[in-house]
Amino acid sequence: MAQVVVVTSGKGGVGKTTSTAALGAALANAGERVAVVDFDVGLRNLDLVMGAERRVVFDLVHVVQGTARLSQALIRDKRIETLFLLAASQTRDKDALSDDGVERVIQELRQSFDWIICDSPAGIERGASLAMRFADLAVVVANPEVSSVRDSDRIIGLLDSTTDKAKRGEQLEKSLLLTRYDPARVDRGEMLGVDDVLEILCIPLLGIIPESKEVLHASNVGLPVTLNNPDSAPARAYADAARRLQGEQIPLTVPSEKATLFSRLLGRRAAA
Amino acid sequence: MNFGSLFGRPRSAGTAHHRLQVLLKHERRGRPDLIPVLREDILAAIGKHVTVDEDTVRLKIDRGETVSLLEIEIEIPNETKREQKACA
Repeated sequence: MAQVVVVTSGKGGVGKTTSTAALGAALANAGERVAVVDFDVGLRNLDLVMGAERRVVFDLVHVVQGTARLSQALIRDKRIETLFLLAASQTRDKDALSDDGVERVIQELRQSFDWIICDSPAGIERGASLAMRFADLAVVVANPEVSSVRDSDRIIGLLDSTTDKAKRGEQLEKSLLLTRYDPARVDRGEMLGVDDVLEILCIPLLGIIPESKEVLHASNVGLPVTLNNPDSAPARAYADAARRLQGEQIPLTVPSEKATLFSRLLGRRAAA
Repeated sequence: MNFGSLFGRPRSAGTAHHRLQVLLKHERRGRPDLIPVLREDILAAIGKHVTVDEDTVRLKIDRGETVSLLEIEIEIPNETKREQKACA
């Protein structure tokens, strides 16, 4: 049965789009049929992070308004056959999306995909509420940083009150993806630790993504981090998180960069 | 090949810069609906001669630095088959 996942955070810049692309690619790599959907109408970026920015013809707004078929708007990933992108419009605003239209598109996506991953815009306005409204489960992305944790708490409140599932009296499953985590700084007491954040937010942990230069490198070249360098620490952390989404029990650790031959010769480890 | 790539991975900032230049050149030009308009006109022109099922129309674009490549694939129904069916 298809699962509709919203990737959300409240705060901007914490890694929603990076996480949507990385989780989507990891699930598709495992053979699942995946559609990643950009809900950030007017400020789309998932296309850029996925390396499909030159190939967008039709977008979510066209499909919602009925001017294009869903099959014509879905862009197949060049590397993974089962991964598709539905881009947001760059020229319209969020009011171009009607609730009924979005619901119809999500229902149609459910027919052909195992996973529909909705990349929410930052904030709590219309785009964000539409991205979460039809979700079966939510991935809350947060940085170990006070304003991000506060905004995540607010988003968790909205997930529990404004989504269709919540309104039906059902429990919307939520899990936390802690990104830009630096274990060394946590050890030194300079950064909130996993336990600190979990104690405040009280939702299960989906994964811990270590701070890494691989994330910027992957977006520079337009590849999800899980495809660009699958052995890197963030890629392994995202791959584990994707397997947890699929229901696997995997011990939670913070992957660190493997020492390269070159760094070993120099007698030091690459950045953890 | 740059110096950095000798010791691991090629530097990616240049790729990022180039991708942004190409993308923004298209976005700033401000004709976002050109492709849908072209599609409508082309379908209308073909529609004068044959019936086209919109579900079978596939559109692809690759926006390049100096030119964009637009690919439109339209299935044109086989007229003779339809006549045979009508007779049967």
